[in-house]
Amino acid sequence: MSINIVNISKKFGSFEALKDINLTINTGELVALLGPSGSGKTTLLRIIAGLEYADAGEILINEREMISRKIRERKVGFVFQHYALFRNMTVFENVAFGLKVRPRGLRPPKNEITGRVHELLRLVQLESHAERYPRQLSGGQRQRVALARALAVEPSVLLLDEPFGALDARVRIELRRWLRKLHDELHITSVFVTHDQDEALEVADKVVVMNAGRIEQTGGPEEVYDNPASPFVFNFLGAVNIFHGRVHDGCAHIGSLKIDSREHVDVPDTMVVGYVRSHDIDIGRTATGGSSIPARVRTIHRVGNIVRVELLPDDGQGAVEAEITRDRLNELNLQEGEGVHIRPKKVKVFIEDYQI
Amino acid sequence: MNDAIKQTIAFVKSKKAAARITEPLPVRIILTSLALLFVGLFLVVPLVSVFTMAFNKGMEVYFASLVEQDALSAIKLTLITAAIAVPLNLLFGLTASWAIAKFEFRGKYFLISLIDLPFAVSPVISGFIFVLLFGSHSLLSPWLEAHDIKILFAVPAIVLATVFVTFPFVARELIPVMAANGNEEEEVALTLGAGGWKTFFRVTLPGVKWGLLYGVILCNARAMGEFGAVSVVSGHIRGETATMPLHVEILYNEYNFTAAFAVASLLAMLAVVTLAAKKFVEWKSSGRFTPQLNTERRESGSSGVDL
Amino acid sequence: MNLSLKKQSILPGFFPSLGITLLYLSLIVLIPLSTIFLRSAALTFGRFMEIVTAPRVVASFALSFGASLVAAVTNVFIGVLLAWVLVRYKFPGKGLVDALVDLPFALPTAVGGIALTTLYAENGWIGRLLAPLGIIAVFNPLGIVIALIFIGFPFVVRTVQPVLLELDVEIEEAAASLGAGRVQTFVRVVFPSILPAVLTGFVLSFARALGEYGSVVFIAGNMPMKTEIVPLMIMTKLEQFDIPAATAIAFVMLVASFILLLLINFLQWKSGKNLVSG
Repeated sequence: MSINIVNISKKFGSFEALKDINLTINTGELVALLGPSGSGKTTLLRIIAGLEYADAGEILINEREMISRKIRERKVGFVFQHYALFRNMTVFENVAFGLKVRPRGLRPPKNEITGRVHELLRLVQLESHAERYPRQLSGGQRQRVALARALAVEPSVLLLDEPFGALDARVRIELRRWLRKLHDELHITSVFVTHDQDEALEVADKVVVMNAGRIEQTGGPEEVYDNPASPFVFNFLGAVNIFHGRVHDGCAHIGSLKIDSREHVDVPDTMVVGYVRSHDIDIGRTATGGSSIPARVRTIHRVGNIVRVELLPDDGQGAVEAEITRDRLNELNLQEGEGVHIRPKKVKVFIEDYQI
Repeated sequence: MNDAIKQTIAFVKSKKAAARITEPLPVRIILTSLALLFVGLFLVVPLVSVFTMAFNKGMEVYFASLVEQDALSAIKLTLITAAIAVPLNLLFGLTASWAIAKFEFRGKYFLISLIDLPFAVSPVISGFIFVLLFGSHSLLSPWLEAHDIKILFAVPAIVLATVFVTFPFVARELIPVMAANGNEEEEVALTLGAGGWKTFFRVTLPGVKWGLLYGVILCNARAMGEFGAVSVVSGHIRGETATMPLHVEILYNEYNFTAAFAVASLLAMLAVVTLAAKKFVEWKSSGRFTPQLNTERRESGSSGVDL
Repeated sequence: MNLSLKKQSILPGFFPSLGITLLYLSLIVLIPLSTIFLRSAALTFGRFMEIVTAPRVVASFALSFGASLVAAVTNVFIGVLLAWVLVRYKFPGKGLVDALVDLPFALPTAVGGIALTTLYAENGWIGRLLAPLGIIAVFNPLGIVIALIFIGFPFVVRTVQPVLLELDVEIEEAAASLGAGRVQTFVRVVFPSILPAVLTGFVLSFARALGEYGSVVFIAGNMPMKTEIVPLMIMTKLEQFDIPAATAIAFVMLVASFILLLLINFLQWKSGKNLVSG
């Protein structure tokens, strides 16, 4: 079942939560809505579900208009950030709820409901917990009950709001891999909201990066990571170093660096910003003409197998952080206070007036 | 001793003092005794005296006072009044708390204050307004007389006055509980295909059942025990428009103390049962809901120091 | 649906439930209460003043406000003491004492009234002990104050208790470690934190005392100019079929009640303890 989001806008008072959003989600995709808090991602998810009214625009699920439909007719499975399990019901009753409340004619017989619920509980590996109450479960278990409950009604799409947000780090990683596996088995069109770029990049088929009510970029995880469409996306998807410079004739000059920047060939002499990820910076002992910047080592922090080196460029720009392996550190035999050369391996140049 | 050691000892001492900070034992004993003395004098003794007075002429007189014709009709009227007032205010409480706790709208806090109004009004005035509404000088009275409908100095006015004074009880317990439960469970139920009523009965109502029961218990106690408001509108007709509290007054003013205290003892038992039921609900629901203001719940067992 | 009245929510039933709420509220509370204001408006100002400044009425106002004030002040001390003991100390029967505090809320006022009257009568259990000292409570303002203490002190206990419970003991420990004595700690650290709750309890207890009828009429004796409280004054005027006088007096009382209600709401808002936590 595909989802088409067409020209959706939403205001809360004078705050524009969503500004003319357009997005297509294909059948069977697992899509991440990624953005900082306040970017509108949860609002968009709630509008798809029918939990929030849009001020303008259309939602189509499987080519059918949804805005005018009542929430119960939309057949969406929604999993809340804090699970919203029914406190007064057991795990079994929670999962069975959607089947039990169907109108008499459409309600499956009791033994069929029981069978279905146990099947789902097996799927989420909670068969032995059927008679427990939500308060007797761990966070990860609750999350899986919420998922089973949403799946019980055979939804056309599955929507998850910060599905791992309330879990501790280890369970989080475990559960997101499990969710990916589950999706590969069920192939149900799914959308989840997250503010954690690792989560989005690891789990999703497609990542939608949102900021201030707009979509900044849509693409596969590698595409958005390797080719960020804006400084915001670059910045949001990982630690980044910023270099200021100028561009003219399709070549950016940043300090002693000269970077081929053909996409800006039409731009007259302008201020630019170069973005470099920490792990795309190497450190060398010798200068390489036009591709390195002289700097001084300020601090060296070893974090497990990686080493973060803070460097101060000699041209007075802000501090730069390089991420190198321990092997490389040993090879270079760096000492704090030494003069070295920063060698960016990959620089992305944006015109200065972009704001982060 | 050098200064460093002195400082260390002072620090350790202060730490030790701070670890179990409280008043000296004699102060604790005096304060606790004062509190117990007051509770004994103002609560236990009056409660005990009701039963003592009721039984001071023996069991036989006691039971005779209760099965006497007027007493029985007073009991019946009290039960009828509560049986109408409590369900009405229960339904109102559920409706009002749904609107107030589940939705945001302008004037919400003003509405809550309006619901609290009857608590602020003197019982006598609570009765008096119905005299003004239905009495012989009122706008309604020609119409009522033409249709031979008797409201004032009859059962309808007693019920109305009781509904008025017990009006806020259920709503004010339910609103905070329902608001604290949030809207997410209801939203889930809707996405799972449940309709409005199914969502309300299967999700909302079970989630507030203890708050509801709490409100009903308090509402019932007040409905059965209301004196001032009912006194104004009842007309004090023995055996007809006298509720139990009014019957107690009538007997007391006739210097029939034993009978007065016998009927009063039933009301005192109602109070004791109410307190026990309240404790039970607080215990059952501990941590799941917090009753409001004049009946605040707290855990008392775990805190405090031994005397 | 795009109504500015409510923020959009997908839960059903807002308009029906709000409609029923407003209808029922109007029928049971607002319309009946409005009669007092409508009938008062029918009185000329001169007539109104004549009624409320009659010596007997003025005496009843003085008595009601005076006795309520004395009772409410007393209740502050009793209430804080009880709350303190119940929160901070352990003693046998504490749970029972805690439950009993609500007795005045649960006991019908008429029952409390006749019980107190019987106890404080000159031949009663307590009256017998007081009589030799020359203290006679029954049919005296003292009796009224006793009844008003009885029905009012739980308000103070129940507003102060939760605040004391939530009070961080570490703050007291910090005060002690800085060299403050126990009394100093209470006055400077504890009392300021519970003050809003104490004030709320005080006003609640005062408001309740002002309107109280059942527990007072028996012990008061209802002697004109001496032990006649305002609610009784209204009752007396009613029995004399003097509806305008009853209305005028009720009007004054109602205005006082509304001011107190506003004050209570303000205090609760101040102490961050609004009715709805959502």
